[in-house]
Amino acid sequence: MIQKLPAKKMVVTGDYAAAYGALLCDVDVVAAYPITPQTLIVEEFSNFVNDGITDAEFIMVESEHSAMSACIAAQAAGARTYTATASQGLALMHEMLFIASALRLPIVMPVVNRTVAAPIGIWCEHNDSMPQRDTGWIQMACEDNQEVLDMIIMAYKIGERKDVLLPVMPCLDAFILSHTVEPVDAPSSDEVADFIGKYEPHAMLDPDNPMAIGTFTPPEYIQELRYQNHVAMENAKKAIKEVTKEFADEFGRDYHGLIEEYKCDDAEVVLITVGTVTGTAREVVDKLRQQGKKVGLIKLRFYRPFPREELRSIAENVEAIGVYDRAISYGSGGPLFIETRNALYGMDVPVLNFLAGLGGRDVVTGDVEKMYEILMKAKDSKPDKEIYWIGTRGVSI
Amino acid sequence: MNIKDLPEESLFTPGHTACAGCPAPAIVRNMMKIFGKDTIVYTPANCLLVFSGTYPYLAWRVPYLHEAFENTAACISGVARAYRKKGKKTLVVGIAGDGGTYDIGIQALSGAAERNEDVIYVCYDNEAYMNTGIQRSGATPYGAATTTTPAGRKIAGKLEHKKDMAEIMRAHEVPYVATLSISHPKDFLEKVEKAKETEGFRYLHVLSPCPTGWRFDPAKSIEIARKAVDSGMWTLYEAEYGEITNIYKPKKKIPVEEYIKGQGRFRHFTPEMIAELQKWVDRKWKRLYGELPES
Ligand SMILES: Cc1ncc(C[n+]2csc(CCOP(=O)(O)OP(=O)(O)O)c2C)c(N)n1
Ligand code: SF4
Ligand SMILES: [Mg+2]
Repeated sequence: MIQKLPAKKMVVTGDYAAAYGALLCDVDVVAAYPITPQTLIVEEFSNFVNDGITDAEFIMVESEHSAMSACIAAQAAGARTYTATASQGLALMHEMLFIASALRLPIVMPVVNRTVAAPIGIWCEHNDSMPQRDTGWIQMACEDNQEVLDMIIMAYKIGERKDVLLPVMPCLDAFILSHTVEPVDAPSSDEVADFIGKYEPHAMLDPDNPMAIGTFTPPEYIQELRYQNHVAMENAKKAIKEVTKEFADEFGRDYHGLIEEYKCDDAEVVLITVGTVTGTAREVVDKLRQQGKKVGLIKLRFYRPFPREELRSIAENVEAIGVYDRAISYGSGGPLFIETRNALYGMDVPVLNFLAGLGGRDVVTGDVEKMYEILMKAKDSKPDKEIYWIGTRGVSI
Repeated sequence: MNIKDLPEESLFTPGHTACAGCPAPAIVRNMMKIFGKDTIVYTPANCLLVFSGTYPYLAWRVPYLHEAFENTAACISGVARAYRKKGKKTLVVGIAGDGGTYDIGIQALSGAAERNEDVIYVCYDNEAYMNTGIQRSGATPYGAATTTTPAGRKIAGKLEHKKDMAEIMRAHEVPYVATLSISHPKDFLEKVEKAKETEGFRYLHVLSPCPTGWRFDPAKSIEIARKAVDSGMWTLYEAEYGEITNIYKPKKKIPVEEYIKGQGRFRHFTPEMIAELQKWVDRKWKRLYGELPES
């Protein structure tokens, strides 16, 4: 139970928004371990607990591995759970992420995207969350602090749907969101309670109705479970669209499902962005549009499930597509680029990859302009390469 | 509780697939008789997980969870907190092997003990990683041959002594720590009962002689457990909030040589190795429990 919280306008960091979102969702058990730049989330939640705003159980575990282990166990015991992490902490949790999704436990865990060592760095990069692609979590990226708060609320609603039952990982860029204050509209606790409803576990550890969860299982049974997880992730596409629509109807902010298009209708080239770079790219699109250039932007919100159908339908009408990545799969390309090209398989449109902002380097309007410039060229003549390292010393474009 | 007063009903049923002579099923069956049906059990990866239930079979009649290997104490913390949040009283018990306790699980265990989580943590100690094929653990005694400490021509068995896990737990000053042996059933049941009645973090550590890994006649598990206690290789004691409150002193001490006899894992022992093991036992007793009575 939480104290009644009125709807209010706040000016808060992304981390605060993430913690406040969990508070509004009246989570039962939180287990977390601090890591920069997620620390503010655990600190803020500690304040909520110690000030008596919530009676949630907060387990201050000794590692992220234990944080996820405890969340899984608590959720298996029927609780709504929450944790948050970043970078090294997420890597340490990796083993447990598979278990959360395969046990169909809709845990919500914001990840504050941070560089993964080596060398050690604390600034924004997506090389922590993107390698978690195959762990069976719904994974999405937020553009601003409002979206962080809204997404925590939607994450519970999406994950807890009976046709989904999957854990959800909303991502927010280190410092650019986590430590930057922005105005955020918070709904009231009553509105949120009405919107997400009560968590009703589909299976649970209960002495009155004993069952075993996660036991040793031979090959005769596991393949069907894998299939069911895949179906659930496919179902999540519909759930995401429906929940974003319901959210828009209820709270007036529309996130349009898995992707958000910006000036794509008559665009000749489009750039797919993820995270905070989207804001910078919007500005660039406006500027280029003023110059008469037909450029568009796709804000990719969800990495899993991947918006294959949406991208294919946009790709039908454009002449070149660029994909921005803040992560790299060595020897192949940016993860979103690989994914996009796979989704567009068989379509006759060049797909280029722009790598920028790795290790937390700023991505400025000039960098994005460069991406559009390359894309405009690619629509007219076949590009000689696919992967462009923007703003990288020693690498010419 | 007396043995004859134990309930007939078994919450850990027959039909499991443990090796002949394995004492682990008897350990959990008897514990469960005291814990009762209002209990939730977690088991990490180990022999117990595999032999007590390979889907769709299951020996447990209580809610039962498995997640992974190294996180028993974190998992039982999670279950216990979820139940505390609901305001429902339920006993939450984790049952891990020595590998899952001494080695890979010690971090989570130490954390949960320090937080004084309201749970019971049980270590059944068969002194090696049996489930993966008898590899050494921090619990393996000096000189014992395992598949990773083979009795080779140059190096014969494990070079290091057994880690004292119960002492590590005692140093956490938790409400209750006890060591148990199946050879001493009355003492065993009393300690399990005491654990059940205590609140906060409770740690029970049972020696579980493994005929397969230690290479002895499966009819002799209880006898070997008794010899472990009588030789001082395994010490039965209790501690509350860090203070030892009870030590069982065998009436007649036997030399370690007599304990290791009949166990294939010690077959290569030289007189020097026997002396080294004896020295360890004597040193430990003197430091912690007082001298052992003379044989
Ligand atoms: C992270 C991880 N590392 C290794 C393993 C492989 N593994 C499974 S059980 C086990 C040994 C268990 O030993 P112990 O805890 O002593 O229990 P026992 O089988 O001896 O009863 C190991 C190494 C695993 N499951 N997970
Ligand atoms: S290997 Fe040892 S511990 Fe494992 S089931 Fe067999 S006897 Fe029991
Ligand atoms: Mg073992």
